[in-house]
Amino acid sequence: MNMQAEHFSKVANSENFFRKLLSLAGVFIIVILLAILFTLFISSFPAIRTFGIYFFSGSTWDPVRSEFGALPFLMGTLATSLLALAISIIFSLPISIFLGEYFTQGGKATFIKSMIELLAGVPSVIYGFWGLFVMAPLVRKLELSLGVAPLGVGIFTASLILAIMIIPYSASLAREVISLVPADLKEAAYSLGATRLEVIQKVILPYAKSGIIAGILLSLGRALGETMAVTMVIGNRNSIPNSIFSPANTLASIIANEFTEATDSIYLASLVELALVLFLVTTFLNTLGKWIIHRMAVNR
Amino acid sequence: MQKTFKIITILFILLGFGQIGLTAEKELLGAGATFPYPLYSKMFDVYQKEFGVKVNYQAIGSGGGIRQLINKTVDFGGSDAIMSEKDQAEAGGPILHIPICAGAVVITYNLPGSPQLKFTPDIIGDIFLGKIKKWNDRRLQEINPGTNLPDMNITVVHRSDGSGTTFIFSDYLSKVSNEWRGQVGKGTSLKWPTGIGGKGNPGVAGLVQQTPGSIGYVELIYALQNKMPYGMVKNKKGNYIQANLKSTTLAANTALPDDMKVSLTDTDSPDGYPISGFTWLLVFQEQDYARKSKEKAKELVKLLWWMTHEGQVHAEPLHYAPLSPKAAEKTEKLIKSISYKGSSLIQ
Repeated sequence: MNMQAEHFSKVANSENFFRKLLSLAGVFIIVILLAILFTLFISSFPAIRTFGIYFFSGSTWDPVRSEFGALPFLMGTLATSLLALAISIIFSLPISIFLGEYFTQGGKATFIKSMIELLAGVPSVIYGFWGLFVMAPLVRKLELSLGVAPLGVGIFTASLILAIMIIPYSASLAREVISLVPADLKEAAYSLGATRLEVIQKVILPYAKSGIIAGILLSLGRALGETMAVTMVIGNRNSIPNSIFSPANTLASIIANEFTEATDSIYLASLVELALVLFLVTTFLNTLGKWIIHRMAVNR
Repeated sequence: MQKTFKIITILFILLGFGQIGLTAEKELLGAGATFPYPLYSKMFDVYQKEFGVKVNYQAIGSGGGIRQLINKTVDFGGSDAIMSEKDQAEAGGPILHIPICAGAVVITYNLPGSPQLKFTPDIIGDIFLGKIKKWNDRRLQEINPGTNLPDMNITVVHRSDGSGTTFIFSDYLSKVSNEWRGQVGKGTSLKWPTGIGGKGNPGVAGLVQQTPGSIGYVELIYALQNKMPYGMVKNKKGNYIQANLKSTTLAANTALPDDMKVSLTDTDSPDGYPISGFTWLLVFQEQDYARKSKEKAKELVKLLWWMTHEGQVHAEPLHYAPLSPKAAEKTEKLIKSISYKGSSLIQ
């Protein structure tokens, strides 16, 4: 009896230990995130103290006179990310339905899946080069035909490139979730006389809703933070954009451009405050997305 | 299995630390300007083959170089911009500006037929201020009578990252245009009144090459290698000068102060190219800091001496203008003034 009790307590101990190790890993992540937030806050404090709330409404970025404002970049980031998201959903949703429902097995299906995943693997800089040398001239032609200034770079081009970059994130996740819809649910619908389209609309999509939105959130997060590809095609104009074709700048892009050369402390602190703004925007949008998912799950 | 893994890990760590110990004496660290990077890269490679001393240079931009030097994380900083009073004060000790070579910032453009154009200082200022908006503007047509300028919009292309090239260009514009000085000023990063930004010299060159009717500023080397047209600029003495090694060297052949902290823009030299500038290596005058050994300081001084003497032969093939005899003379005095605990490191 004693040996048995000893054995059980050993097992219980190692179980306990394993669980504590796992929770430590979780705590570690939280600590890192808080540490990042803390560092950003401390390093940007000189700017926070100087500009206060006007940093968010200020539209001047003047390193010579030490006048800094985040509004142009905030707008640039939101404009490019949301537009890219909208464009990418037009492609990723149909792709995921196609691969998750119609074309699920076989060599060709695997090939298409791999190609989409490859999109995610292409380095950011390559997208930037491709955007600059292939996309920009095409957009330039479009702008000429529309009578707009033929710059080729700007919010439109950046959004197009971003859209292509983020397709795999939402497509892969949505495809997985769509293919996991229980067969008996679909069979039941078919047996009631539903057409394929109706099954997709009324059974598959509602069931996979939260997964699809999670995938969309993932791609939004990627779009918000994307730096290299955007900075090469956005035109780098530090002022508020006034049309979809105008050059602009994003939070990530200006930090990447000016960080290594910022010498005086207010300049540096302002750039760090931009990073803080990006961090907060990403956190806010992620939380909003999670809330939407939660509401949708509850409403099922 | 686990034991082998542990042993291998410990070996790697020891190897890593061992490297630091073994090579610390024979290695120098620098960071800064991207403009002279091709030249420095060549020079450091040759230097290592000849003397066995490895020089590690990170091209992170002039401002980055200044910052790292002030933080004492590098042995020398590279910069196309002269250190500001504020930065000098923050450094806590006099910092010498050792000129290595001079370069030219050229005005490149994209027009059908790539005509050779002429520019005057006020026209350049007004184009980059956004006041002259079309290529067939009366003022441009006046100084380019033989050329048929098209009815196209001018798209300004500038740098999106902080750069020494921008510093030299804006320094020139601040001297020749009161409006520029008042509205924009000079610096490595500016609030540009108009235009789009490209990252680095390649970014600007790329955008100009691709955008019809665009105009931008790049280092001479870049325009040459990409076979882009660039304009002749009217200098202070009224002559239209084409940027090349000769005119850049001549621009430097003017009154030079002892500390070599001089801007070469808007030069007095009659055949000098007006948008030129030195690029410097910045070092502390007193090398006894951050527990640096005398040997290391000596290596640094040796490197500086070599770069400004024997190393100069590498400048011209890479399209950089070598130091003129006058500049070289002053530079020697500066290098000789570098000291360790007060005593000079080179005779």
